[in-house]
Amino acid sequence: MKLIQWLAALPALGMLAGPFFLNRVEPLVLGMPLLLAWLVGCTVATSAIMALIYLTDPANREPEEGP
Amino acid sequence: MNAALPIIALAVVVALGLGLRARSGHDMDMEQWSVGKRGFGTLLVFLLMAGEIYTTFTFLGGSGWAYGKGGPTYYILCYLTLIYVISYWILPPAWRFAKERNLFSQPDYFAARYDSRSLGILVALVGIVALVPYMVLQLKGLGIIVATASYGAISPTLAIWIGAVVLTVYVMVSGVRGSAWTAVLKDFMILFVVIFLGIYLPYHYYGGIGAMFTAIDGAKPGFLALPDRGQSATWFASTTLLTALGGWMFPHIFASIYTASDARTFRRNAVFLPLYQLMLLFVFFAGFSAVLQVPGLTGPDVDLSLFKIALQTFPPWFVGIIGATGVLTALVPGSMILIAGSTLIAQNLYRPLARNATDATTGRLAKGIAPLLALACVGFTLYGGETIVQLLLIGYAVVTQLFPAFIFSLMPNNPLTRAGAMAGILAGVAAVAVTVVGGYTLAKLFPGLPGPVQDLNIGVVALALNLAVAFAVSLAGRGGQRTAIP
Repeated sequence: MKLIQWLAALPALGMLAGPFFLNRVEPLVLGMPLLLAWLVGCTVATSAIMALIYLTDPANREPEEGP
Repeated sequence: MNAALPIIALAVVVALGLGLRARSGHDMDMEQWSVGKRGFGTLLVFLLMAGEIYTTFTFLGGSGWAYGKGGPTYYILCYLTLIYVISYWILPPAWRFAKERNLFSQPDYFAARYDSRSLGILVALVGIVALVPYMVLQLKGLGIIVATASYGAISPTLAIWIGAVVLTVYVMVSGVRGSAWTAVLKDFMILFVVIFLGIYLPYHYYGGIGAMFTAIDGAKPGFLALPDRGQSATWFASTTLLTALGGWMFPHIFASIYTASDARTFRRNAVFLPLYQLMLLFVFFAGFSAVLQVPGLTGPDVDLSLFKIALQTFPPWFVGIIGATGVLTALVPGSMILIAGSTLIAQNLYRPLARNATDATTGRLAKGIAPLLALACVGFTLYGGETIVQLLLIGYAVVTQLFPAFIFSLMPNNPLTRAGAMAGILAGVAAVAVTVVGGYTLAKLFPGLPGPVQDLNIGVVALALNLAVAFAVSLAGRGGQRTAIP
């Protein structure tokens, strides 16, 4: 796995470790309890990072997927 | 008669029509029926994968958990996101291997990777144990939805029978193509309904989403975060991780990998499916909005919170639309389960024992098994009682036990031998049976552990035992066969 692909671990870690540090309701962020807002942020970050990984992955530039 | 009923009936008829039409122009051999001839593009695979994940559990259970448990509900958003993150790396090699070997089912994969027919049989049995309760849950949900949304005009039993017949008919005619086409309708409707409910209900009752959460936090302090013990942060992290690993191991979800025409499909979907999970947020909002509006639901009734608040808020025709959406969330995954279940009985339990079976006879057999399997599931639904909840918990924990044998099979040098893989799965499944049936938690088993450690999901124990046994047996048998990966 290339270095950039390890970025995908960041939001995952955020989801698994976040509840230990951000387990609270106040302050509301975008109207949501802090913990929920954090997890939503991790989800959005996941999509962004997966897009970056997809675009930089040479496997997706080959014309036909080969084994 | 009320306005809700014709709308629900229309949805069922349209679903059936789409399901039947999906066949046109396709020859229904085994490969077409089970895995859509491995010809689905990004959009159909997206809908199938989203379709399997957005089940009645998400619709009723997601809002029900938000209503009944509060903060711990957030784990559903996390595990579904992580499922798609790992899919980027694990699905393409699994798909490629399945295509080269012309595989139809999940047990086929294990049997081929480990070159062991008995491992295939074991995986098929584990799969059936997991699939039947999953199907029963869909049918139960369908019964509740139709009975509630039709204002009692249709009994749950009748709804379950109608639902089972409809999905069996289009499954037998169109196979997985039928599931994909009904999934188009389902996702379109659920997207609209869920986002509308998740925004309208908080604004209608509280004047906004922030205002709703402030009101709930005032009435029930701490409800919107995780408790200090029980479903604490340790529970959250371990449960999210376990369910994310187990997710792809359900036979019908695994089989959807085979339908793709190109490995890039999975990588593309790994970008979009996490974002799509945000739809869950609106399911949570709808469930939370019920907390102060329809208080007092407890036990299994929390799953009704979404419909209870809908009934007191909307006119019958709109309740009908919500009901119709709910029916589709049961039909789509139900049909996938039926196809995967019938395929693995025909392909992995019958075929290894019948030497002269061909693809054609196995395919015919699978289609013949579908109505029998559906009938068995209806039987369990109507007469299974509450034990089914227990079975479902086992089902989830049981499929996760396939994960180690799967993930190591993707490595260039698989450290597990076939005996090791089998022993690990058996040990894990036995541990699940003992701990789940016995109702054990880590707190009960090891009272001496520090509090947070006791909150770890008990499934961790079974998975650890699985790994330990798999490696021990593989090391002991080393020098014998080693699974070579082509």
